[in-house]
Amino acid sequence: MTMHGPATAKAVQAPVGEIGGIPLPTWRWILIGGGLVILAVIPFVTKNFYIFQITLALIYAIAILGLNLLTGFNGQFSLGHSAFYAIGAYTAAIMMENMGIHYAWTLPAAAIVCFVFGFLFGLPALRLEGIYLALATFALAIAIPQVLKSSVVEHWTGGVQGIVIIKPDAPFGLPLNSDQWLYLFTVLTAIVMYVCAANLVKSRTGRALIAIRDHPVAASAMGINVSLYKSLTFGVSALYTGVAGALGAIAIAFVAPDSFTFSLAVALFVGLVVGGVASIPGTIVGGFFVLFVPNIAEHFSKGLAGAVYGIILLLIIFVMPMGAAGLGRLITGKLMKQGR
Amino acid sequence: MILQVDKVDAYYGIGHILHGLSLNVGESEVVALLGRNGAGKTTTMRCIAGLTPPRRGEIRYKGRNIAGVSPHRVSRMGIALVPETRGIFSYLSCYENLAIARRPESRWQLEAVLERFPRLKERLTHKGRELSGGEQQMLAIARALLTGPELLLLDEPSQGLAPLVVSAVMDTIRGLRAERVSMLLVEQNANLALDLADHAYLIETGRLVTKGPARQLRDDENIRRSYLGY
Amino acid sequence: MELFLHQVLAGLATGGIYACMALAVVMIYQAIDHLNFAQGEMAMFSTFIAWQLIQWGIPYWLAFGLTIVISFAAGVVIERVVLKPIHDAPILSHVVAFIALLAILNSSAGFLWDWTIKSFASPFGSGQFLGQNLLSKHDAGMIGVTILMLVALYLFFRHTRIGLAMRAAAANPESARLAGIRVGWMNALGWGMAAAIGAVAGMLIAPVVFLEPNMMLSILLYGFAGAVVGGLTSPGGAVFGGFSVGVIENLAGTYIPVVGREMKLSIALCIIVAVLCVKPSGLFGRPVVTRV
Repeated sequence: MTMHGPATAKAVQAPVGEIGGIPLPTWRWILIGGGLVILAVIPFVTKNFYIFQITLALIYAIAILGLNLLTGFNGQFSLGHSAFYAIGAYTAAIMMENMGIHYAWTLPAAAIVCFVFGFLFGLPALRLEGIYLALATFALAIAIPQVLKSSVVEHWTGGVQGIVIIKPDAPFGLPLNSDQWLYLFTVLTAIVMYVCAANLVKSRTGRALIAIRDHPVAASAMGINVSLYKSLTFGVSALYTGVAGALGAIAIAFVAPDSFTFSLAVALFVGLVVGGVASIPGTIVGGFFVLFVPNIAEHFSKGLAGAVYGIILLLIIFVMPMGAAGLGRLITGKLMKQGR
Repeated sequence: MILQVDKVDAYYGIGHILHGLSLNVGESEVVALLGRNGAGKTTTMRCIAGLTPPRRGEIRYKGRNIAGVSPHRVSRMGIALVPETRGIFSYLSCYENLAIARRPESRWQLEAVLERFPRLKERLTHKGRELSGGEQQMLAIARALLTGPELLLLDEPSQGLAPLVVSAVMDTIRGLRAERVSMLLVEQNANLALDLADHAYLIETGRLVTKGPARQLRDDENIRRSYLGY
Repeated sequence: MELFLHQVLAGLATGGIYACMALAVVMIYQAIDHLNFAQGEMAMFSTFIAWQLIQWGIPYWLAFGLTIVISFAAGVVIERVVLKPIHDAPILSHVVAFIALLAILNSSAGFLWDWTIKSFASPFGSGQFLGQNLLSKHDAGMIGVTILMLVALYLFFRHTRIGLAMRAAAANPESARLAGIRVGWMNALGWGMAAAIGAVAGMLIAPVVFLEPNMMLSILLYGFAGAVVGGLTSPGGAVFGGFSVGVIENLAGTYIPVVGREMKLSIALCIIVAVLCVKPSGLFGRPVVTRV
């Protein structure tokens, strides 16, 4: 047997795949760049209503990204993210209407409030696994709208009727209407959050999260403080979805308890799976799915909208059991092979 | 020949495990399949049992190609696998573990099997996971016998067992051999296997390295040192 | 004191509904190792089928029996057509498939039979049980049938070959195959049985909550809660859990001031979560021990 030379500081490079002679990482930048260009152009070529819809789709994408961090990358099953979305939304609404604070401050505030909530919820949830955790989060999703409606906090939350918010205008006198400005605001926020998420996942922390998902016992044997990481992940996940909620409140200019029911939690979950679990770009597909597909289903048949939606879901699961990201990986794999 | 594995290629996903592997088991013969960890021995067993269908090649049992046939049908044709992991139902009782496998046409019926494994008789009401390693191995073999096999596939029966227990297991296998049961035996403990077997095959990274009568391999110093570790 | 007793009994009565549902949930969990979120909608759809049969003039008990048979067949078909193709998909995809089923069944029921509330007859008649003002005849009948089903299921799983084969197939599919068991069909059978039990649950529940497409949504939740509290591996525990949830919900609604009607569900769920934090596998459940 031969001995290798002394270990070098340089890491051994894994071979990089390529399509058509261009290495994959370059392709990734091309796609991201192209996406950004499209995003930049949209507000100037489409009607206000579509701009509003795409804004919402991006907001859902951010919410799903939050869920993805918890369920996709860390393996904690949550059917209750509508709760964090609601908390973020109401934080923004209360700050803007009851306290007269500028909307830009609501995002960091929602982030902090939801992080704390998420972390606190994550602590007792440490003991629960799989389906039991799902039930606990489900309980949270059911409870929050009821708490929001209750007479105890009606003074702040506006009870069943909710709170109406005044939609902000573009700042500094920019020549953009309200919808266009909110779109831009959302895109900028999204870019920041996505970059942070991507960096988190690639970092040591990210690897720790994934290790915890795949083999918690081995992870803790390697010195990872599993409990701390799991609770923190809950917090961060809630943070993301809460910020999305705040954005949603501003964009729709209205919050009410019945907007944040369990159906929203289910929709976010479905968006996660359709986009592809543990895939960051997949969340964008998920966001668009959540917004547009129920509308499409209703278009097909008013009376059977739910059934059409269900059938579309089943078809997607049959054809792409690993979500859009899985399909993307399959296609990439095939394209790589053809080049050889 | 009761079993002919003919140029079989098997994959786990994209991993190519078996490369054109061929081996034969004659009627009433005990054949040993030897090799290091990761050589592909368990994969071979799984192919035969139908758990991992081969991508290429044939597996002929009593002349008929069974490659790709589903495991429950393979079991009903008379091939029984005692897996490396033993496959005990942890939360079913020892009795239930046995009852599942019973067949009226089997040559070994429950009472006879319990006579053969008295320890199991004592532990009938215990749950599968409460049995010791050796008892679980006995249970796995007992269950395989209840299905009335003509070909018994044993995957690492001595693994993880104390020497005394290994001895007991080997005695059982010797007893079956005396009853003319055809067996394919996978063992990392080559010494043990070559003692029992008529023929042996040695594989390395999914390919056949050498084959021959067991005594021949046992006496070949080169092979013993390079591949069998003693 | 009398109020307390009354509330406990009322809780047991509603608990009977949840116990029935919890039993169906645990049944399918034992058979396929999954929680079926569409269970409630399947039960609801079955009840509508029964209703339709009765509308067409078929006598109650015949309709009851037919519905069970039809539901069983439908359960088998759903498993073979919808679930078998995605068998190897990750578990989260399975959950989405259940959600899809839920949407399809809910929407179809509304489309076929519209969204108005219908009444559904009780086979036990109206009036009070044993003449006392404690339990209605229907509630008593419901509790009785639930316990009967429980006993029948226990006997089936413990003392029949097929029951044993099903338990084996769910516990360790690969080993079951090696023993000659056709695992796919055992799964299908499990679904059929769960659908049948769900149908019975639906037909017992409908007289109390009235028949409409959304009737089962919150009941399924209570049923889950009961099953989880009792322990997903224990049918007896599930029934106990279902009854407990009913009693807790009622007592909470009566004695905790802040809890109005809207909060009853939340309080019940909070209590369940609390139980889980103390006993993560439920009161009678088998703790899942994972080998390192």
